[in-house]
Amino acid sequence: MIRNIWRWIAQRRLTITFLLLGMVILLFIFIPLAKMIFSSSPSILWDTLLEGEVRSAIWLSLYCALIATAVGLVLGVPLAYFLARHRFPGKRFVEALIDVPIVVPHIATGIALLFVFGKSFLIGRAFDAIGIDFVFAVPGIIIAMLFVSVPFLIDSAKQGFEKVDVRLEKVSRTLGASPWQTFFSVSLPLAKRGIFGGAVMMWARGISEFGAVLVLASYPTIAPILVYDRLEQYGLDYALPVAALLVIICIIIFIVLRSIAYRGERTW
Amino acid sequence: MVEIKDLTVNLGNFLFEEINLKVEKGEYFIILGPTGAGKTVLLESIAGLHPIKSGEIWLDGREVTKLEPEKRGIGFVYQDYALFPHLSVKDNLLFGLKRRRQPKEEKQRVMEWLAELLGITHLLERSPDTLSGGERQKVALARALSINPQVLLLDEPLSALDPQTREEVQQELRQIHRRLKQTTIHVTHDFEEAIALGDRIAVLGGGRILQIGTADEIFHHPNSEFVARFAMTRNIFTGEVRDGTHGGAIIDVAGTNFEVVTDLRGWLHASLRPEDILISKEPLHSSARNSLKGTITHIADRGATLYLTVSTPPDFVCLVTRRSFEELALAEGEAVYITFKASAVHIF
Repeated sequence: MIRNIWRWIAQRRLTITFLLLGMVILLFIFIPLAKMIFSSSPSILWDTLLEGEVRSAIWLSLYCALIATAVGLVLGVPLAYFLARHRFPGKRFVEALIDVPIVVPHIATGIALLFVFGKSFLIGRAFDAIGIDFVFAVPGIIIAMLFVSVPFLIDSAKQGFEKVDVRLEKVSRTLGASPWQTFFSVSLPLAKRGIFGGAVMMWARGISEFGAVLVLASYPTIAPILVYDRLEQYGLDYALPVAALLVIICIIIFIVLRSIAYRGERTW
Repeated sequence: MVEIKDLTVNLGNFLFEEINLKVEKGEYFIILGPTGAGKTVLLESIAGLHPIKSGEIWLDGREVTKLEPEKRGIGFVYQDYALFPHLSVKDNLLFGLKRRRQPKEEKQRVMEWLAELLGITHLLERSPDTLSGGERQKVALARALSINPQVLLLDEPLSALDPQTREEVQQELRQIHRRLKQTTIHVTHDFEEAIALGDRIAVLGGGRILQIGTADEIFHHPNSEFVARFAMTRNIFTGEVRDGTHGGAIIDVAGTNFEVVTDLRGWLHASLRPEDILISKEPLHSSARNSLKGTITHIADRGATLYLTVSTPPDFVCLVTRRSFEELALAEGEAVYITFKASAVHIF
């Protein structure tokens, strides 16, 4: 009996080792989040939610990230499609460039954006002329989020398009569909999982952005900056419920969107 | 009618050069070439899906060389069918129809007519990934026909199918062609497919058209290594298959009858490998065998083996080892018996 158990284990050494290592990292992700959520009592969370300042900060975060994602969809999906379908010299460089925002420290990102969209610089002045301010304004939050999060969307959409057989597009053309019609009735629907998955990631990454927004537009206050303010001014006890609330809302939305994105896909 | 004049296509590592073809209206035209000869690219070039270097493509007297694929009116069926996986069979069939200026009822009617023609009416609501290979092929064919194309291009339409389904779909292709008189260009590497379906055959090799002609011309006077090698390894006959005496089938090839195993009837082709034929001086009798008397008209010496042409008529090419050749003391002009199993004959 014991020998059988030993043999059973011996045959699965690799699986068991990997499972144990995987458990460590899963707990590492899970425990801090769970602890934060459960260390605030529901009544405190509810009271926090009723605070106007908290509600508007969370709402602003969700809203700005959504607008950034929308901009990302309009500008990023065409690029993703182009990259998935064409080969050209310097393609590697372009692909690397797209991923740079992921590796640049976010404070540096904020400063870089300030240098372009600040009012003392050309592009900033041009936008100022049509009444759009970036510094200490909602558009500033949106472009900061857009910059740091759009790589997730482009990469995922590109992978989505790469999985679409070029021959399906060719057949579509022979059946009388123009390149535009082919894109909207064949390529886009078939890559929608990659695009939608990327959009969810982009949106989530936008909500979590702190550094770049802090430099460019620390006011109006988005949720992560509110958490930071409270931590600085009043200490952990005041920051915790806001942080917990933000995490709970994000997790709920994230789960819902992911379940839509991966609907019908079996994982076992 | 399809006319291709001096077509040159760059394939990266090699070229298609000066491809000249003329496919008559209603003709079933086969392009036969070895795997890797770029047959798919040739079809894509005709359809406008692959850039060409030079040359002209004419469809029914209209030059389409610079026309976008969606304006050419060419039906295309890929080897792996390329059905739209996000659409039902019905919506696959309606895809091309939706883009035509026609009343909605008319489109519906055409869709239903095509489904009936191909026998896929019961599959209309299904998703392509639930279909078998043969079913997918029929859907792809119906979809390509939906635009009432001036020419139908088929890229190895049978090669992804198992042998039994292949035969079935091949019959289907033949019948549909007979009914619709649809001008068709079909590329394949399979000789029997080419012989069975093609009104004419073009042999492609080394980036050029090597020979164009009927199956008979190509296989009896091959000018390419590719075809010659095949022609050596098969006896190909054309004849009428009818019911045999005891439940079997008999093929009549130019007055010579022999037994075959098949459910097909009518004008068909038969192939027989030279090594499946036994040569003897006296008739061999057995119920499962065909024994025919003939005369040796030609001997090709290949060293350890010899190819003998025995005229019964028709001519049978037979393979014998040097040893049996010498033991039987065979020579040109000698009368011999050839014997082969009914099951060794492939009817297609």
